[in-house]
Amino acid sequence: MADTKSADAFVEFERVQKSYDGEVLVVKDLNLSIPKGEFLTMLGPSGSGKTTCLMMLAGFETATHGEIKIDGVSINNIPPHKRGIGMVFQNYALFPHMTIAENLSFPLEVRKIGKSDREAKVKRALDMVEMGDFGGRRPAQLSGGQQQRIALARALVFEPELVLMDEPLGALDKQLREKMQFEITHLAHELGITTVYVTHDQTEALTMSDRVAVFDDGRIQQIDPPDVLYESPKNAFVAQFIGENNTLSGKVKSIKGNECVVVLDSGEEIDAMPVNVNEVGQRTTVSIRPERVEFDKSRLHADAHTLKAEVLEFIYMGDIFRTRLRVAGNDEFIIKSRNAPDQVRLTPGETIEIGWLAADCRALDA
Amino acid sequence: MSDTLNNGPVLAADGTPLKKSLARSLRVEKLRALALVAPLLLFVLFSFIWPIGEMLFRSVDNRDVGQVLPETVAILKDWDGTSGELPDEAVYKAFTADMLVAIDAKEHTKLGTRLNYEKTGMSSLFRKSGRKIKKLDLETDGPFKETLIKIDKKWGDVETWKVIQTHSVNYTNGYYLNAIDMQRTPDGVAVQPEDKRIMMTLFKRTLWMSMIITGMCVLLGYPVAWILANLPARSANLLMILVLLPFWTSLLVRTSAWKVMLQQQGVINDVLVWLGMVADDSRLVIINNQFGTVTAMTHILLPFMILPMYSVMQTIQPTYLRAAKSLGATNWTAFWRVYFPQSIPGIGAGSILVFILSIGYYITPEIVGGTKGVFISNRIAYHISSSLNWGLAAALGAILLAVVLVLYWAYDKIVGIDNVKLG
Repeated sequence: MADTKSADAFVEFERVQKSYDGEVLVVKDLNLSIPKGEFLTMLGPSGSGKTTCLMMLAGFETATHGEIKIDGVSINNIPPHKRGIGMVFQNYALFPHMTIAENLSFPLEVRKIGKSDREAKVKRALDMVEMGDFGGRRPAQLSGGQQQRIALARALVFEPELVLMDEPLGALDKQLREKMQFEITHLAHELGITTVYVTHDQTEALTMSDRVAVFDDGRIQQIDPPDVLYESPKNAFVAQFIGENNTLSGKVKSIKGNECVVVLDSGEEIDAMPVNVNEVGQRTTVSIRPERVEFDKSRLHADAHTLKAEVLEFIYMGDIFRTRLRVAGNDEFIIKSRNAPDQVRLTPGETIEIGWLAADCRALDA
Repeated sequence: MSDTLNNGPVLAADGTPLKKSLARSLRVEKLRALALVAPLLLFVLFSFIWPIGEMLFRSVDNRDVGQVLPETVAILKDWDGTSGELPDEAVYKAFTADMLVAIDAKEHTKLGTRLNYEKTGMSSLFRKSGRKIKKLDLETDGPFKETLIKIDKKWGDVETWKVIQTHSVNYTNGYYLNAIDMQRTPDGVAVQPEDKRIMMTLFKRTLWMSMIITGMCVLLGYPVAWILANLPARSANLLMILVLLPFWTSLLVRTSAWKVMLQQQGVINDVLVWLGMVADDSRLVIINNQFGTVTAMTHILLPFMILPMYSVMQTIQPTYLRAAKSLGATNWTAFWRVYFPQSIPGIGAGSILVFILSIGYYITPEIVGGTKGVFISNRIAYHISSSLNWGLAAALGAILLAVVLVLYWAYDKIVGIDNVKLG
């Protein structure tokens, strides 16, 4: 499930386990390698172990078992302040009693960098986040977005090769968050730093990352680039967690290469792609994205299986239409269609037939 | 548009100025607020502010002499005490007249007591002479100069009259002068004789020892507050009970306990002797001196230091320390540069509290302080309850109050009172 060891790994987790109380493993057998310059996001619900992994990497938690390496060197016994890792905290943790410039200067001072050098670097870092005029202010005088930028600048000012971010955009409003997502990825790629980003917001994970590691129950469930993750989830958890998904459960009737037929509990048959099923008769949950459901018969294969669906609700959302259907006993079946001039607007009470390409419907674990 | 063109006051909808209209609408709220605090305000006024004002007034009030001896004081004004000659007959006559009235009203002993503060012997002089003056007749028994000197030869002493003259003003600075080891003399303000100088020593000692006690409390309390703030809530609560435990014990009991601990035949000395660290014949003197006072008071005032520090430290998020470490600071640097500056408001609040409390402390220095470890408040208590020189006690109290206010002001200038957090 976790990725294989790669030669160019910069950060490596090797069989890492973590337990706080000696009874429950919060992180179970974690193997992960991150190449230099990658933007990796750890995504998962709260309690999935993602933040614990980040804290172990930063040095604030020690691994119960296993090894964490940076650039091939084990850092298990290196205290946090010697790891040279930049970190952005959830609540920014800007020192309230220091001005912005003093905050930025702090990591340079403790590294005993000369005054003129320090000032130059602080100025450069402030300019980098477009906050050049704010050096003399106190953190409390800045808005959330500005504080966020300063926290970022402070984590970067001493030019670390690795930067960790712990849900840094959680406290911002939606618009600002989207802007900052863009800025952070830009900056990270421009500077060529390796970034490990923790979030529970899947949109953030998808838009920002080179690769996303989906955590659940102390394990990495899947680690892939965003498009692969979205389009080819490897199990029901990932499918459910990333994006919106319709699920139907049933039994595998037949498998033929990349296609299989699933008999739903209501007795109807559908086409699917076998992902986690390999034998006839096995129980499965099929998952299909709302935007891949087709209700225009002319656009389906002639021999494709279709399902009867009753329209329950039509929601106009501007750029898309969102329609709730009852399909095979499932009242929460959603389809999304683009708001195009020729798009059909379904009316509640109407009965339609829906279908999809076998490749878009993934038969996963039950 | 109209805002920029019209420079007059902004008007409300009905044409009245907005400020007036706003004030009117807020008045009801203000009145209600006042009504809510009124009972406490009145209580404080009558039970606290008024008595204190009354007490402070005593520090300058000297109307006794003028009231009891009105005629004498009026005539004595023209007498030149520096000439070395006794006042003339008119003064003696006026004095006898005043005394006769005073003796009837039994006020001459009060005057004696008052003047005794300035010159010992005055009290008995007035009491004894009073009995004889009572029998005199103003019409027949003159001249009074000889008569009075016959009654007591002190009436023939220039000094006696000088004292009366010097202290005949209605409002005096004499008490304040006495409070700082000076005195009011016929020749103006002078320093007290050396054997009577004690107040300045006491003031300095009070300030100095209060500073030491405050410092000790900071040193001992800071780590405890830190632990409290950083422990999980359950253990912190348990520890908190231990910190608060002294509050549930009487102050007198705790102080007496220190007496048991510290005396020469006490627990500490016994243990040290038993351990062989101290010879039996050279037991440590750790009570009835400054050491005893500092030890006991540090113990008693420690919770007042820990509580404000704790409440401030609780608000310092642990992520600050983590952030500092992730930025490359060692544990010590992270503490010193990031945590400590943020905890200063707590230290400030605790220090003010402990310092002000200890500056006016009375019971503990009284019990464990001996003569070397007593504070100015013990002197005040002495003048209130033993010597009954309330004027002097009031003057000492006023000075103490002024010192506290000045320190408070200085602290506000230096640290800023807004930085003080009690919770």
